[in-house]
Amino acid sequence: MSTAPIIERCREIFEDLDFKVVRAWKDAEPGRKVMGYMPFYVPREIIHAAGMLPVGVLGGGDQLEVIHGDAYYQSYICRIPRSTIELGLTGRLDVLDGMLFPSICDVIRNLSGMWKLMFKDKYAHYFDVPQNFDDGVGGAFYIEELKILCRDFEEISGREVSDEALRRSIAVYNKNRRLVNQLYDLRIREPWKASTTDVYLILRAAMVLPVEEHSDLVREYLAAAQDEEKPMRDNCRIVLCGTFCEQPPLGLLRSIEMAGCYVVDDDFMLVTRWLLDDVPLEGDPLENLSDAYLHHSGETAAKYVPDVKTKGLHLVEAVKRSGAEGVIFASPSFCDPALLDRPMLQNVLDAHGIPYTSFKYAENSGQMQPIREQAGTFADSIKLWSAA
Amino acid sequence: MNTATTGEAVQKEDSMWKQKELINGNYARLARAHEEGRKVASTFVPGNLNELLMCFDFVRNLPEINALQNGLRKKSGAMVREAEKAGHSEDVCAYVKADLGMMMQGNIGPMGEPLPKPDILVLSYTGCFTFMKWFELVREQYQCETAMLHVPYQGDGTITPNMRDYVVKQIKEDLIPTLERVSGVKFDIDRLREYLVESAKAEDDLVWVLQSAKNKPSPIDAYFGGVYYIGPAFTAFRGTPEATDYYATLRREVAERLAAGKGPITPDGEMGEERYRLVVEGPPNWTHFREFWKMFHEEGAVVVASTYTKVGGVFDFGFRHDPTNPLESLAEYCLGCYTNLNLPTRADMLTQYVEDYQADGLLINSIKSCNSFSAGQLLLLREVEDRTGKPGAFVETDLVDPRYFSAANVKTRLESYFQMISQKRERHAA
Repeated sequence: MSTAPIIERCREIFEDLDFKVVRAWKDAEPGRKVMGYMPFYVPREIIHAAGMLPVGVLGGGDQLEVIHGDAYYQSYICRIPRSTIELGLTGRLDVLDGMLFPSICDVIRNLSGMWKLMFKDKYAHYFDVPQNFDDGVGGAFYIEELKILCRDFEEISGREVSDEALRRSIAVYNKNRRLVNQLYDLRIREPWKASTTDVYLILRAAMVLPVEEHSDLVREYLAAAQDEEKPMRDNCRIVLCGTFCEQPPLGLLRSIEMAGCYVVDDDFMLVTRWLLDDVPLEGDPLENLSDAYLHHSGETAAKYVPDVKTKGLHLVEAVKRSGAEGVIFASPSFCDPALLDRPMLQNVLDAHGIPYTSFKYAENSGQMQPIREQAGTFADSIKLWSAA
Repeated sequence: MNTATTGEAVQKEDSMWKQKELINGNYARLARAHEEGRKVASTFVPGNLNELLMCFDFVRNLPEINALQNGLRKKSGAMVREAEKAGHSEDVCAYVKADLGMMMQGNIGPMGEPLPKPDILVLSYTGCFTFMKWFELVREQYQCETAMLHVPYQGDGTITPNMRDYVVKQIKEDLIPTLERVSGVKFDIDRLREYLVESAKAEDDLVWVLQSAKNKPSPIDAYFGGVYYIGPAFTAFRGTPEATDYYATLRREVAERLAAGKGPITPDGEMGEERYRLVVEGPPNWTHFREFWKMFHEEGAVVVASTYTKVGGVFDFGFRHDPTNPLESLAEYCLGCYTNLNLPTRADMLTQYVEDYQADGLLINSIKSCNSFSAGQLLLLREVEDRTGKPGAFVETDLVDPRYFSAANVKTRLESYFQMISQKRERHAA
């Protein structure tokens, strides 16, 4: 089997701003419910355990003309909330029975309140995650917040979120994370076999497909990609950083690749890989989810790093683990988390002698030539340094 | 009352002199802190734990205050540009860049005295995401201890027991032991209670002053004047007898103005006839503060209520620091600051202000630097207009980046707004 039909399907899902896949899932059985969520992390296991479909809402990308959404925001605010409001006001999100807004920044935080004011008949909840990582302090807080989700989802779905149901859902997501990690491993080993546009589209499919179906899709892709012969190019290997919320246009990823870069790690859709290990199935499931968040989760700008000495080291580790030769910081314009974090990460890269380049984008950026030139120059300079 | 009216000189009442002494005194203490063997804590304004920090004898440094003081003195522009030259994005908060730029220029404070390296950064993460990144950036420079106090957001519009317990636990189990270790001073809860008694007294007087604007004419301007009135209560002085004395003096002065039927006092003298009563949402611009205020008082526009004067505590809705429940009270204080309230609560509050203060409408000063305030303000404007039937208006400026203050643009919008209010009144009269 070829990867082409799998990627074609993912592309169709990606381009479908009407969430037809989600509507089809919902219509297949009466009483099914759907819970939307925004970046960067929500415990999808709890949504799943309530029998609902978790759906990642990542704005409208470069395919959506934002007409109403712009009227809600000043020019200095990023794009993702405007296109998300556009999706809501044009009825495209009617399929959702609720929305979760994780604590990623002030704009998404305030969007949670806007949602309450604008879509009064829909559930909207700001999901706070702890910035204190002691089990008895941040953990105790987090577990109570998870209990609120369980209670709310039971009410919406009419189905009890039992410990057994949670364990089953944790197992399903453990499996999915392992497969996604295998996909990332394949790209590290043989990036010419799993392009970044492929990886990106597969992760976008994870935002709307039922997790079981997505796991099958990844498994099929891995099998097909490993058997496919594709030419290895003399590209440099880079880590892409800053794309964890507002999405880069697909053309931007393609431009980076065409400029001579293999992206061997990134921060796309962190929810798919946020927990670094399997969540244990034994014991209290909410305690296990809490432990995973506090002690076995990734790093991104929205998460506080208590120890100054470890700040930014996750990026250095990502570079080492993936055998990357440099980092491209691609940050959405007006993105506080990415842009405030960037100078600190750059300082850490400087200290480790890792080259980097930076640019900004918007989800609806159309002009890719400057990005292609910048990425190409960066790739060339890395090749030159390597030769020296 | 002690006022002067000469040329460009700013008029000052007794309370203003007292406040000036407080501020200058604190900057002088900061400059001398290390030579006198005192420890320094840097912390943010919203949700600050001033009373707790005083229990450990810390001298308190507030970076937003430094930035705004530098803005008032026209120094911040160069600092912002300095930080941008060093790689900080033009898109992010100008307070952060002014602070970092000041450090790059030698860390000389707004009064011309050096600011000390803090011994601890108390990261009261209340109502603003940027705070977390700000102190991570500052920590990188100073390599000093940082104590994080995570204050959950009131996403559903209430303070839940879980939120309160979380904050109390952090204060008890993390913050107090850290402050004890860094300061070398043992925590004394009775000392905290004494400070909280002072805080509550000052808060009573502050609320009385802010609510005096319900009168017609209002004896105060609750935005431009209001930023001075909140100064001691929101910063390094809440809980001190000096702050209590300041508020008692201020209350007496405002009571006198009220009894005399006077309007607010402005930097250019007594304000003339009160023609427009406004509620203002959002922080002020600091780089052109006086020019901005003049655009209002020249037109007879007085701000009768504002949300910026609630960033360090929404005291007018009933909260007071409570010495009988000291830690719980500190937690509730942090959780209740204005930017920690969700948008529906903010819409309710603004609506109530327009109604209770008999305002002609809501004006939003939208600040480029501050997404915590700004994201969603256009919806707030619509909501409040719909609920009150009063016209709203929207201007855009920035905190301390002078490049984002377009005087002509702001003035034109304000004039159009005042015209709109007048026309609406005439239609009603007809």
